[in-house]
Amino acid sequence: MNQLHFPILSLITFLPLAGAVLIAFINEKNENFIRYFTFGILVIDFIISLPLFFAFDPSTYHMQFVERVPWIKSLGFQYYVGVDGISLFLVLLTTFLTPIAQLSTWKAVNKKVKLFNIVILFMQTGMLGVFISLDMFLFYVFWEVQLIPMYLMIGIWGGPNRVFATMKFFLYTFAGSVLMMVAIMALYFLNHHYTGVYTSDMVKLMSTPLPAHIQLWLFLAFFVAFAIKVPMWPFHTWLPWAHVEAPTAGSVLLAGILLKMGTYGFLRFNLPMFPDMTHAFAVLVIVLAIIGIFYGAFVAMVQPDIKKLVAYSSVSHLGYSMLGMFALTQVGMEGSILQMLNHGISTGALFLAVGIVYERRHTRLISEYGGLASLVPVFATFFMIFTLSSIAVPGTNGFVGEFMILLGAFLSHPVYGIIVAFGGLFSAVYMLTMYKRVVFLKVTNPKNLDLEDMSKREWIYMVPLVLFVFWIGLYPNTFLSKMRVSVEHLLKQTNRTVQVSMTSKQIQPVKTVVVKKG
Amino acid sequence: MMSVILLFVVLAPLTGFLINGLFGKWTKPYAGVIASLALATSFILGLFPIMSVLNGHIVEYTYYTWLPFKEVSVPFGLRVDALSAVMLFVVTFVSTMIHIYSIGYMHGDKGYSRFFAYLNLFVTSMLLLVLGNSYLLMFVGWEGVGLCSYLLIGFWYEKDTASDAGEKAFVVNRIGDAGFIIGVLFIIYHFGSATYSNIFPRAHQVLNTTSATIIGLALFLGAMGKSAQFPLYIWLTDAMEGPTPVSSLIHAATMVTAGVYMVARSNVIYSMAPIAQEVVASIGAFTAFYAATMALTHKDIKRILAYSTLSQLGYMFIGVGVGAYWTGMFHLMTHAFFKGLLFLGAGAVMHSMRGLLSIDLMGGLKKYMPQTAALMVIASLAISGIPPFAGFFSKDAILAHALEFGHPYIWIVGEVTAFLTAFYMFRFVFSVFYGEEKVPGLYHELHTHEAPSVMTIPMWVLGIMSIIGGLVGLHIGGVIPFKHLVTQIAPSTPIADKAEYPESLLIGVSVTMGLLGIFSAWIIYIKKLITAEKIAKTFKPIYTLLANTYYVDEFVYCCIVKPFWWISTNLLWKIVDVEIIDKGGVDGTGWVAGRIGYLLRFLQTGFINNYAYWISFGIIVLSGWYIVKII
Repeated sequence: MNQLHFPILSLITFLPLAGAVLIAFINEKNENFIRYFTFGILVIDFIISLPLFFAFDPSTYHMQFVERVPWIKSLGFQYYVGVDGISLFLVLLTTFLTPIAQLSTWKAVNKKVKLFNIVILFMQTGMLGVFISLDMFLFYVFWEVQLIPMYLMIGIWGGPNRVFATMKFFLYTFAGSVLMMVAIMALYFLNHHYTGVYTSDMVKLMSTPLPAHIQLWLFLAFFVAFAIKVPMWPFHTWLPWAHVEAPTAGSVLLAGILLKMGTYGFLRFNLPMFPDMTHAFAVLVIVLAIIGIFYGAFVAMVQPDIKKLVAYSSVSHLGYSMLGMFALTQVGMEGSILQMLNHGISTGALFLAVGIVYERRHTRLISEYGGLASLVPVFATFFMIFTLSSIAVPGTNGFVGEFMILLGAFLSHPVYGIIVAFGGLFSAVYMLTMYKRVVFLKVTNPKNLDLEDMSKREWIYMVPLVLFVFWIGLYPNTFLSKMRVSVEHLLKQTNRTVQVSMTSKQIQPVKTVVVKKG
Repeated sequence: MMSVILLFVVLAPLTGFLINGLFGKWTKPYAGVIASLALATSFILGLFPIMSVLNGHIVEYTYYTWLPFKEVSVPFGLRVDALSAVMLFVVTFVSTMIHIYSIGYMHGDKGYSRFFAYLNLFVTSMLLLVLGNSYLLMFVGWEGVGLCSYLLIGFWYEKDTASDAGEKAFVVNRIGDAGFIIGVLFIIYHFGSATYSNIFPRAHQVLNTTSATIIGLALFLGAMGKSAQFPLYIWLTDAMEGPTPVSSLIHAATMVTAGVYMVARSNVIYSMAPIAQEVVASIGAFTAFYAATMALTHKDIKRILAYSTLSQLGYMFIGVGVGAYWTGMFHLMTHAFFKGLLFLGAGAVMHSMRGLLSIDLMGGLKKYMPQTAALMVIASLAISGIPPFAGFFSKDAILAHALEFGHPYIWIVGEVTAFLTAFYMFRFVFSVFYGEEKVPGLYHELHTHEAPSVMTIPMWVLGIMSIIGGLVGLHIGGVIPFKHLVTQIAPSTPIADKAEYPESLLIGVSVTMGLLGIFSAWIIYIKKLITAEKIAKTFKPIYTLLANTYYVDEFVYCCIVKPFWWISTNLLWKIVDVEIIDKGGVDGTGWVAGRIGYLLRFLQTGFINNYAYWISFGIIVLSGWYIVKII
């Protein structure tokens, strides 16, 4: 279904790529022009992505704005893109966050400006491609494509340890991707074995799950690939490295969008395609998620480096997202998706805030700061708002997401809810301790004395984030109403189980639909 | 029309917050006036729904759906019934007075507009807490007041004690909040709703004793955090780092009483859970006594009052815990008047003493600050339960009900605490306002003088309320008006069998306890028949224990905070994360891959004869295996 009768998704996805190609022809001495030009393209990209929001039909779970063109006919691959209530906001988050991230680099990035902007545009195409692909080979192509710009971004514009960090990031996530590639191929052939058609159409694959014993290995392979990306405990150790070394824009996009590809992958592959294994492994995943929530918070608490602290807090926050997802309840799942957006907004904003002071002082150590409230009050206020959003104070977006996840987990099993209810305690500890040491107290370091408060450019990219913090916090219905039907459908798919008579060699899948309570 | 009025009761202080918060740079000279006007508007508008409630209505409006989940839908709605009407009155009235007082008190502070912005935001949150028509909206206010408390305790953020105290308050409160949230989750689980009007009428069908007890205890954990009951009280004394009007408004009159209101609000649930009720009453009684003992030895005037607040909150929990919800609410109201006043008086003293707090430096202040002295005596008489001051009626109602509803031990603890209360309050009054100047020439040097009238007038208003505020607890024409009002929503539900005691006897005991306390303080601090030092020396171990507030803070720091920090740093981060998972697991995998590659390298020597050797070796092995198989 494409209500606009216009290939809007392709336009959104490939416009940045076209921009990148154009920039290649601009002389790299025109740094300012390149910055404006890139920013312009990203803003236009955001504007043309808005019709997705307004024209989106919340009453159906079918894919919308669909484009479908055969790609490799003999193998059944297609260029098949579309969005539903699950991917809609991830697409919008990407088009929203990238211009902000780019705007934050105008002063911070001075080396190889041209290449940097090409990389950002290239990454935008890769990220959007992941969220709109409905053909699993296409998905895989985009998944790999966006690894390269991030690899370059950390490797070229990163901190002193950038090479080690970027290698770790690349190899670790790539190890997961390779596993996913194998799983995708296996899925392709096994699906043929059981249904007689070669297809890489994800929507079709979601609707005809394979027998349970086949699901096991596929589930595990996808699980590892996505768990690394999320990152779930204990696959998270590349994240602090990557965040600490990445430039601000890299951190923002990494935390804001790249990590969401992991959680999104679970929603697209593991849950609907391997429903039996999802139920079988739910407890394990939930346990890992809960460990991540607390472990991330405990380790974040003692970090001397602000970026590392925020990186570990991401482990904690995405633990919530995974918990809500595998609670397999409507409210938990919606909360999980909302948490992805929230994390993109508040953690992205926290990285931007760190970037603002880093740009001026070139250090991220908490102990180097102190007393910023009296020196840069505007910055302190913005920083406070995002801190509060991060610790889920009611009225901000964080609360709505976390409460939904808590409720979802509780309805799945009260024990989960009761344990995780105490998570908010520790997020308050690490965020407020950091905030206190950076912003409150006396100015002890004379180097901070001539800090300048936020510039106009910085205002421009912080204010929209603040608006979303309160919009989602006060009126989440704008977002939730569009997810509802798609999430309902996903749950229906996840809650069916496939029974296979294992005795006969001629395996005939017998489908029985068991809709579980929840 | 009423719906708009009710909405603006909440929006007026929010507007004040936005004006002073966003444009504080420009509104600075008028920030206090703007904030006070916003509050006065809220108070006046609030009188309309209150009148409506007094006429027997319940005012409830829903504005929009805040959380539209499939499993539960939470509207943004406001509700004024008898319980929230009392709170609405107390909050807006006392807040208005304290806002006006702050205009004088905070005059000249560089964060003047920021202070009033926070204060307005606090009142907004507090109003949401009391007026919200569901547990989740109450939670919004609940966390909101916690946030404002954090911001205001740490208002002078350059002082590290203030910043630490703010953070401590927030974190300790979050322990309680987790309990509150668990309670709410159970409520949603059982009722599929968080809205009061969907919960209370159905509670008796939906809940059994076990589930009611679980909900009651979980919610009470929240109350213990917010209302600073043992053992989650540790943040409240540190909270005195904030400006004194904040201590008065947030940490005495309004926010800390939220827990009492919440228990009274949930009376239907508690009345089904005798164990939960018993826990509430016992912790209340214990805290009342425990905190009073700590108030005996403190020298810091604000901390004395802080311990006193803990103790009085304990009384309120006795009231709601034994099932006489109206008495808890009654004491909440009178306490807001006299304790608010006590703090304002302490603030006036600090103001004229340039921030000095120790009672060792004061004495004979009556001469310099006659109005403040008179008001402090009134408030102290009220808290000591001397008739006809406000505290007498409410405290007596609580203790009488504790005994009548079958809790003689709690009654005894309450009476002993009443003695201690009168003693420490008059120790405070006598050593600050009466007697001789302890440091000669200090007052002259500090130019000690009476507070300006912008501060004394609000104090007088609260002083008058401390005198007459208890009269609504008198028998008038056969009914007690306050009881009649509150029991519409929160009827008394005794746990044990009701027993009758002669009222005059109970009053006699209470008043005697109060008078005895005052008399003892008079002997020690005015007449000096026995000096305080001598008593301290005689009971040295006890005195040391009390003066160090039972070493609880030290215990928490040594046995909880520090080990936790150490484990997180040295075990979780440096060993588990860095060494085991990252170096061992992740880099280890890479290392193993590298080693394998290194070993395989030896196979690729580049010499043809080596390869030929391996090929022939392979042929032999394979053919050998083939032959074996054939044989």
